[in-house]
Amino acid sequence: MSGPSDYQPTNPTLRWIERRLPIMGLMHSSFVAYPTPRNLNYWWTFGAILSMMLGVMILSGVILAMHYTPEATMAFRSVESIVRDVNYGWLLRNMHASGASMFFLAVYIHMFRGLYYGSYKEPREILWILGVIIYLLMMATGFLGYTLPWGQMSFWGATVITNLFSAIPYFGESIVTLLWGGYSVGNPTLNRFFSLHYLLPFVIVGVVVLHVWALHVAGQNNPAGVEAKTEKDTVAFTPYATIKDLFGSCCFLILFAWFIFYMPNYLMEADNYIPANPGVTPAHIVPEWYYLPFYAMLRSIPNKLAGVVVMFSSILILAFLPWLDTAKTKSCKYRPLAKQFFWMFVVVGVLLGWLGGKPPEGIYVIASRILTFCYFAYFLIVLPLLSRIEKPRPVPNSIADDVLAKTGSRSAPMVSTVIMLAVAGALFAGSAQNARAEEEMVPPSQQWSFSGPFGKYDRGALQRGLKVYKEVCSACHSLSYIAFRNIADPGGPGYSEAQAAAFASDYKIKDGPNDQGEMFERPGRPADYFPSPFPNEQAARVANGGALPPDLSLITKARSYERGFPRFVFDFFTQFQEQGPNYVDAILQGFEEKPPAGVTIPEGSYYNKYFPGHAIKMPKPLSDGQVTFDDGSPATVAQYAKDVTTFLMWTAEPHMEARKRLGLQVLVFLILFTGLMYFTKKKVWADAH
Amino acid sequence: MATLWPFISQMNPDASTIAAGAPIEVDLAPIAEGQDIKVFWRGKPIYIMNRTKKQIDEARSVPVSSLPDPQSDQARVKEGHDQWLVVIGICTHLGCIPIAHEGNYDGFFCPCHGSQYDSSGRIRQGPAPANLAVPPYQFVSASKIQIG
Repeated sequence: MSGPSDYQPTNPTLRWIERRLPIMGLMHSSFVAYPTPRNLNYWWTFGAILSMMLGVMILSGVILAMHYTPEATMAFRSVESIVRDVNYGWLLRNMHASGASMFFLAVYIHMFRGLYYGSYKEPREILWILGVIIYLLMMATGFLGYTLPWGQMSFWGATVITNLFSAIPYFGESIVTLLWGGYSVGNPTLNRFFSLHYLLPFVIVGVVVLHVWALHVAGQNNPAGVEAKTEKDTVAFTPYATIKDLFGSCCFLILFAWFIFYMPNYLMEADNYIPANPGVTPAHIVPEWYYLPFYAMLRSIPNKLAGVVVMFSSILILAFLPWLDTAKTKSCKYRPLAKQFFWMFVVVGVLLGWLGGKPPEGIYVIASRILTFCYFAYFLIVLPLLSRIEKPRPVPNSIADDVLAKTGSRSAPMVSTVIMLAVAGALFAGSAQNARAEEEMVPPSQQWSFSGPFGKYDRGALQRGLKVYKEVCSACHSLSYIAFRNIADPGGPGYSEAQAAAFASDYKIKDGPNDQGEMFERPGRPADYFPSPFPNEQAARVANGGALPPDLSLITKARSYERGFPRFVFDFFTQFQEQGPNYVDAILQGFEEKPPAGVTIPEGSYYNKYFPGHAIKMPKPLSDGQVTFDDGSPATVAQYAKDVTTFLMWTAEPHMEARKRLGLQVLVFLILFTGLMYFTKKKVWADAH
Repeated sequence: MATLWPFISQMNPDASTIAAGAPIEVDLAPIAEGQDIKVFWRGKPIYIMNRTKKQIDEARSVPVSSLPDPQSDQARVKEGHDQWLVVIGICTHLGCIPIAHEGNYDGFFCPCHGSQYDSSGRIRQGPAPANLAVPPYQFVSASKIQIG
């Protein structure tokens, strides 16, 4: 479609360049004059959205790499330093982390759109296969990147996924050793994953160029699924598609910004805020949400090798789609049966995703098996069969006819709505059952000053919490990501720099060696970090009955509990993300002198209502009157718990106030800009409809 | 092919990693009866358990043929050192680390998906397909073993 361009720049300098390198002509014919079908709907804007996301990910990723240290003992801390100390580091990190989810969300919509409108059919087979390759590369990149923060989920995710290769007969073990560069996942693994994670996005860019090239040769598919024939069927890419894509991208950016500024941890696992520990496995190893359907398929198969084969086939089968579905009619709009099966397939995919996050036991395994069968049946049985027996409705003669006709069946959306409602009902029933079983464990939801879009830390609570930490918690728990200077930071407890310096000088910090080669102690300075109560992990364990008191800097983000369906859906809109603080507060108040009848607690442990398993090694840390406050706040356990939890929320999210403030500005701007884009788009398209 | 080899071979464990993976010696003297320790060898946790008489009897009284992965207790320990169980603490299901002295069989319990191993480290219940692996080791003296 894009032949040699007759584009000639008017500026003599540009003309001079153009004669030697016709790059402007190429751009002009590809992105300005390029004819696009005039009946494209908004599902077609996801191509542009994906390009934008790829750009955002590369930009934020390259910047993060400037501050990140790919070394096993330092990686976790370097990510925390990015978030805490680098200017706008929290923004870049959230952008990159939620960006990955947004990227996958967009790519799934893009793929389902291709599936629905038959965009893989002749003459777009290569275009489709290139897309499958991009998707595979994205999955690899996403997995490699998830390893880099080197938290518990990073480490164990890497262990489980690399172990998949051990299922290969004969060579499996050697291949896994080759991937690890050691005898287990360790520093060499992290190093090479970083290198590959930096490389693959640029490979993706290369394949995207091929993808777009193939697109511009075959021309875009469209909702009617008939090829453009005459001038009347198309409009110029610029301004028509450009403005529409811009509007679509802006809408998508609003969603993206919601995640970056308000829900940065909504899609993250709390366990990944615990540094990687090869000696302890998290109770549930769950991959990122975008891998869950495939993870469910892997686990549904009892044989290890077969499971791995099934999982990889489930993606590779997409590449064969053009030859599995041989129906002449492209768009499901005109295929009454295919349309219904398509929606069922969507539901199967969503349900598999839900099952992937469940423990692989009992009913879940059986359900995963049935749905895995359905998944493959769609490609191997339903589509080939439908292309033989289905009687499609007549397609319009041309795209122009389609635009004029403006028809649409109303019954099919009904069908899909009914299916969706049924699924939602089933999920709801399942979760209600879960919720009942876990009722007693769930910490009560507290009122927090920092919740919601305008949440701010209560300065008084931060100062009192710091006092509680200093006088009580710090006897056993370190706070090693917080420096004394931080208590004078904006958005923190609100001390002056002089006060922070005075606070620091109360501490003795080990320094050295001095000129005599000896270590010495000196008063703390604002730049020093809170010292740990124990010199090393072993000393801490010996002093605490074998248990290691965790570092508290990130504790309110490293602890969580299931919210269950449908509450987690509402949480997205209400910005609820205070599971961590609720849990910490509940633990501090959950001690009971005597365990309830029928519960035995081992020697050296204490009963706590909210601790998983109820037997906690920490004795009741707070009692009434233990700490006196200068501001006259009540000296009660409830008050202490609340204040110290608020303080620990601040240590975990020191830039929360700046984040929410900037978020409001960005959202207001984006919404106004999107509105402008909408009206501009309407104006541009006024003469095209 | 020969040109490609260096680019593939470099991915394998380097000299220092191999050196660090050399056999290690563990002194068993401090481990009291009924106690266990966890040491790391090649980045893998190794459980060394000083089993009680009761644990040994339990492991030996069960009919071998009734086990999911049949193996006798004698085949999993060194002759004459029957109280010492040395196993790699990595669940054969999905690689999690089981907890010692938990579960219904006086052995190991994997918190991830509920696999239960007996006092010989053999799988008794749950999704794991095989027994906990026994690493290569030998006794260098009555109270010292060399792993590797």
